Amino acid sequence: MDQFLQHIINALSLGSIYALIALGYTMVFGVLQLINFAHGEIYMLGAFAGMYTIRWLRLEQHPGIGSLLIALFAAMAASALAGFIIERLAYRPLRKSPRINLLITAVGVSLFLQYTGQLVFGSDPQFFPVGILELDGYTWTYGELVIEPMQIVALVLSIILMLVLQYIIFKTRLGRAMRAVSFNHDLASLMGIPTNRIISATFMLGSALAGAAGVLVGLIYPKIEPLMGTMPGLKAFVAAVLGGVGNVTGAVLGAFTLGLAEEFLVGYWVSTYRDALAFAILILILLFKPSGLLGVHRAEKV
Amino acid sequence: MESVRTQAEAANRKMQPWMRSAGQTLMWGVMLAMAFAIGPVVEQWINPYWFTIVILCGINIILAVSLNLVNGFTGQFSIGHAGFMAVGAYTAALVTMGLGDNVSWVSFVAASGFPPEAVFPIGLALGGVAAAAAGYLVGMPSLRLRGDYLAIVTLGFGEIIRVVFMNMEAVGGASGLNNIPFFTNFGWVYSVVVLTVFCVWRMVHSAHGRNLLAVREDEIAGEAMGVNTTQAKVRAFAMGAFFAGIAGGLYAHYLRILTPQTFDFNKSFEIVIMVVLGGMGSISGSVLAAMLLTVMREALRVIQTWYDVDLRMIIYSLVLIVLMLTRPNGLFGTREILDILPSSWRRKLAGGGTKQ
Repeated sequence: MDQFLQHIINALSLGSIYALIALGYTMVFGVLQLINFAHGEIYMLGAFAGMYTIRWLRLEQHPGIGSLLIALFAAMAASALAGFIIERLAYRPLRKSPRINLLITAVGVSLFLQYTGQLVFGSDPQFFPVGILELDGYTWTYGELVIEPMQIVALVLSIILMLVLQYIIFKTRLGRAMRAVSFNHDLASLMGIPTNRIISATFMLGSALAGAAGVLVGLIYPKIEPLMGTMPGLKAFVAAVLGGVGNVTGAVLGAFTLGLAEEFLVGYWVSTYRDALAFAILILILLFKPSGLLGVHRAEKV
Repeated sequence: MESVRTQAEAANRKMQPWMRSAGQTLMWGVMLAMAFAIGPVVEQWINPYWFTIVILCGINIILAVSLNLVNGFTGQFSIGHAGFMAVGAYTAALVTMGLGDNVSWVSFVAASGFPPEAVFPIGLALGGVAAAAAGYLVGMPSLRLRGDYLAIVTLGFGEIIRVVFMNMEAVGGASGLNNIPFFTNFGWVYSVVVLTVFCVWRMVHSAHGRNLLAVREDEIAGEAMGVNTTQAKVRAFAMGAFFAGIAGGLYAHYLRILTPQTFDFNKSFEIVIMVVLGGMGSISGSVLAAMLLTVMREALRVIQTWYDVDLRMIIYSLVLIVLMLTRPNGLFGTREILDILPSSWRRKLAGGGTKQ
């Protein structure tokens, strides 16, 4: 039973990371019908931005939740900027071209960031300064159950961010514009919505969440490297598809489902097939319910 | 000059369809025979380093042309070609190695008077069939969906294949297969190149090929005209996978070592960029781009020693982005090399019966 609860807790903290990344995927897909392959790399940039902020501002000497928030906001800002630049330089010029060209560009941007990251940050893993929160004495044990405080911090912070996002999407003017653009791009622009600006804003918002995920994952698994974004990026995409791509609640649901599935596979069966599981789920969901758990099936129109 | 041209055109008019097709078959046959004939000469003539590049060029041509059938002519964006290559490579290697010593049919072949190389074509063919089966299995569910999902599914499939091979003790796990017999030579590689180009060329210019083009141009309109789009896509996918599997077999029997890491996403990406650079929908473009990038890779190896980073991937990805932004059609677009030659040459070649 303890072991079971342990897996649930691990899955929740893993799932919250996936959820933050998956939200960016699903939002971008909503407004642009594009799978932003570079999203995992934005998450990587977020982790590095957080690390360098902590190093340069010497935040480790003042551990506490305030320092963590500074690093988190710096990483979110850096990621948002990266998302903005990528959209502006690589995706916007292709708005009128076939979707396959956009997809190829996205793959290109993703690989470019990975390998340029190796050039800039070095290809060896670096240690994320987890000392930013002094939580050594706070590990909570109950029988065999071990709850790391970092996991709770990551879970709480990501839930707060998700709630903020939910507020932005459903209660603000920007959110309404975003929903309009994702509903019908052309109609939205006829209604006087500046679609290009809204798309930029969506990219920045999604990228900021990915950046936050980068910092949080740095706290839980403190080794970061330029290729770290590929796998979580793809898995988060699977989570987005699982929940119904374009659906914000679905992305979160899919992410937690995927987190649980992975954790139980590793805990009770084989650990070596961990990376294959997400894709197996993807193929199954595409086979049986292509619109995802919460997605609405939309007929393809001519 | 004028009279020569009219003569050629008159000869062209008189040529019956069967004569033309017979002539073409003959031409491909001659090219096939030539691959074997000049093989030993080439092996004698150039140094081993360049010979390796020539072999890798051939393997990459097979991969690029077969992927072009899926990505270019059918318009489905697959980025998991290395997965099919891996299936073919491992299958072929297992066959020629006698299924891990469980079956000593290799020695049986040797005892019955055939040269040991006789198992090689069997291994290649079985590798191709296994890869095609894998392509069929992946294609069936995913090809019913839109292009971007396919991209992720193929990528995921490539990863699954890699993880599975890493966990299979029968194929050596993460350390891979060693001591694969050395069978691949110039003749084998370039005869498969000729065969691949021939098959893809004929496929594209057949009724099936027109179905593929219909899927690429407008899937919904194609379906409305009675094209079974899913079937067309699966067919292209399986055929592309088949040749990728054979290329994998050739690769395995040249390097003699197989590790799962060889067939990672970067390998798939390398093939994709060959297709995109050459022009999606141009066979000759894929051939040229495959050769260009294989040679360029060796040239970049020099720069790579300055830094400790794979600059090749940075340059590849930049090329891809810049291509998409400035010239999304690649070098040739959907045209073939014959289409861009000066028209007087083209007419002469057409008189000779090489042009479609």
